[in-house]
Parts: sequence; structure tokens; C-alpha cells
Amino acid sequence: MIIGQIRDGIVLDHITAGKGMDIYRILGLGDLDCTVAMIKNADSEKMGKKDIIKIGRVIDLDFAILGYIDPGITVNIIRDGALAKRERLTLPERITDVIRCKNPRCITSVEQELRHEFKLTDREKGVYRCVYCEAKAKR
Amino acid sequence: MRSLIDIKDLTTDEIESLIAVAEDIIAHPDVYAHKCDGKKLATLFFEPSTRTRLSFEAAMYELGGHVIGFSSAQNSSTAKGESVSDTVRTVSCYADIIAMRHPKEGAPLVASRRASVPIINAGDGGHNHPTQTLADLLTIHREKGGFENLTIGLCGDLKFGRTVHSLMTAMSRYAGTRFVLISPEELCIPEYIKSEVLDPQGIPYTECRELEPVMHELDILYMTRVQRERFFNEADYVRLKDTYILTEEKLRTARENLCIMHPLPRVNEISVSVDDDPRACYFKQVLYGKYIRMALILKLLGEANV
Repeated sequence: MIIGQIRDGIVLDHITAGKGMDIYRILGLGDLDCTVAMIKNADSEKMGKKDIIKIGRVIDLDFAILGYIDPGITVNIIRDGALAKRERLTLPERITDVIRCKNPRCITSVEQELRHEFKLTDREKGVYRCVYCEAKAKR
Repeated sequence: MRSLIDIKDLTTDEIESLIAVAEDIIAHPDVYAHKCDGKKLATLFFEPSTRTRLSFEAAMYELGGHVIGFSSAQNSSTAKGESVSDTVRTVSCYADIIAMRHPKEGAPLVASRRASVPIINAGDGGHNHPTQTLADLLTIHREKGGFENLTIGLCGDLKFGRTVHSLMTAMSRYAGTRFVLISPEELCIPEYIKSEVLDPQGIPYTECRELEPVMHELDILYMTRVQRERFFNEADYVRLKDTYILTEEKLRTARENLCIMHPLPRVNEISVSVDDDPRACYFKQVLYGKYIRMALILKLLGEANV
């Protein structure tokens, strides 16, 4: 399968196989009017299998969301057909309105306008806790 | 303007400074009798409480201040559907400082982000109760002369007991602390307290199901109540509520200088006969709770000089 190179855009590489469609949906890539290629289960020396997303335009990406969903992703920014910038993601310290607190005792369960904020409390295990009730986020 | 939402908000230096103020209040109450003249404390208790609310109110009166507020959600605009955010923004217009209890976890944090005056968390569901922890710390400091090299037995409901979690978090910061965790399996300490509080700081602890075999090891015995309001299922509460009852008989092997603590109220987990034992410190704990709240109010209002 051949998917052409992009001149200006973004390549999301090293996506854990199977998570590509989640990222496509969460980033709202279906709403873009530029070329977007979703490659599933590509061969990878490092990962065995991986997903890749190519976006035919440089758009603002929420690295916090991406890092939370899949911290192993590499973000390659392409300009004039060349690699302009490469970002390796890590788990963000905080995420807001990405996931919702499921604790029925949490204040977020009754105060509807509150944003759902989580902070990283254990980087090694990737544990996030609600900033209000400290309940562990279910991933 | 600062608030106290979680005991972790305070550094050990700040805790020691609060204790120093409380000690000074105990030694020289007259000096503090008018420190809060003209100031108002609002006690917003969306959930029933006797001692915490009265302790805050007594604390403010002894500082010369005034108290306004309500003691149940039914008596507030919450009954009409008002949000916590709106309630505290409104009350900020009337009071200089707010002490708040709410059944929902995290409500005081929401309040502190919206209010224009300091918020003191007076208990948010099963989550935090930092002023109880400050009362516990003042008790330990006065009874033991400091915080280092203490073996602390925590007995009863270690799962839902917010005072237990906060005290463990606070005491984990001192050298030589060791915990003995005594509870039925259903009410044992949550895994995250071990993985995020004890293990990263290398705090030694043992877990056991019976109190008597470990009694002789303890410098402090912190008893807790199995709380009916934390159970969704009444049958589970009935089955577990009488698991541990402290009696004079069980104290036979305890050290002479053991400090017996309890956040109160008790149901029957400490026999009334233990009250006359000189090692029983739980009513002193109540008194110290008032003094440390006085110190906290002064600190948050910027009125403490110590």
C-alpha cells in the first residue's frame, strides 16, 4: 500500500496499534477538509505493529489529550516536504475535560458547570486522579 | 489569601508554626481574646455535625469574632438548587472567612476557587478533614513531645475513615514513623494510600486483623468509628460495626505512656470504662481541636504574630 508523502502537515507516528481510530475521533479529524490518512497495523521494528495518521495540513493539536491517550506517540511536523519539528509525547501533568470523574460522591457529579480536571499522581503507572475527590481515573 | 483544603496544603514548617500559635493560645488565652474583634466566620455546614461546627464557633468566639451560617443543607439555598460556587460567592460578601462541610468530595476546593475569602475544609464526605488532622497533630505533639519515632496503631474503619488517611499522610512526613493497620479485610486501608503515600516515602507498616497481639508495640492507638453514612448497604454496616471494641482488658499489655485517640463521635468502639484511664486522650483531642482552629483562623486572617 502506498500513501503519498505530504508537503505541509503532521504525521502521528508510533501510535499503539488499535488506538488510531480513537485518536482520529477524539481529535475530530473527520471534520477536516484536508487529506487525512489513517494507517492501521503498519509494520514496526520497534513496536511490531503500529498505527499512523497523516494529516495534510498543520493544525493545532492538543498534546495533552494525545499524551494521555497514547504517550508513546511521535508527532512529526512537516513543512515544505521536510521534517520541521519532532515531538515525543509524555503523559501530561494535567488533563481537563478529556475524561469524566465517575465517583458518585464527587462534587463534579452535582455541579454541572465544573470542568473535569485530573492530575498525574503516578507517572510510572500512569495514574490520574480527579483534582476534586482524588478518585482514580478509569482508563 | 489562602485556604486550607487538604492537610497536604501545609508544609511541616507551617504545621509547626500553627502548633506554636495554638500552644501560645493555651498558655496566654487573654492575649488572643480580641484578635478577631469585628471579624465574622461563616460556618456553612451542608451536612450535620456537632463537634466540628461547635468547635469552629467556639474558636471564633474565643478570638472575639462573630459567627454566621447554617447547619444543614435544608436551611440553605442549596434546597432551592443553588450551586456551591454561588453560595460561597454570596457568603464571601458577608464573612471574612468560611468554614465549610459538604457531603460531596471536593466541594471545598470548588469553594476556594470561587470565594474571595479563605475557605477552611471542615470535612468533605469521606475525603478530607484537615482540621481534624491538625487537632490530632496538636494532641500528638502535646502528649508525645514531638512527631518523630512513633509507632501509630490505626484501628477500625481504615477504608472510609478520612481522618485516618489524612493523619497517615501528615505523619508520613516525619522520621521514624511506623504504622500498624488493624482492620477487618472489608475495611482495610485503600491500596492507593500504600502505593502513593507509604511506599514512595519508605514508611514501614504492618496490617493485621486483631488489636491485642500488637497492643504492646504502640505509642499511639487511633480508634475509629465504623460510619453508617459511608455504607450504601445497611447489612454490611451492621455486620462490621462491632468488630473492634477497646476495653480495659485489651489495654492490659499496652504501654504506660500509650496515647489513645479517637476523632469522635464514638458509638461503642471504646468502652466507657476506658474514659477514666489516664491514657485516654480523646476528650483532650476535642479541646485541642478548638485551639488549633483558633490558630488556623488567625493564620488565614493574617492575625497571628507567632
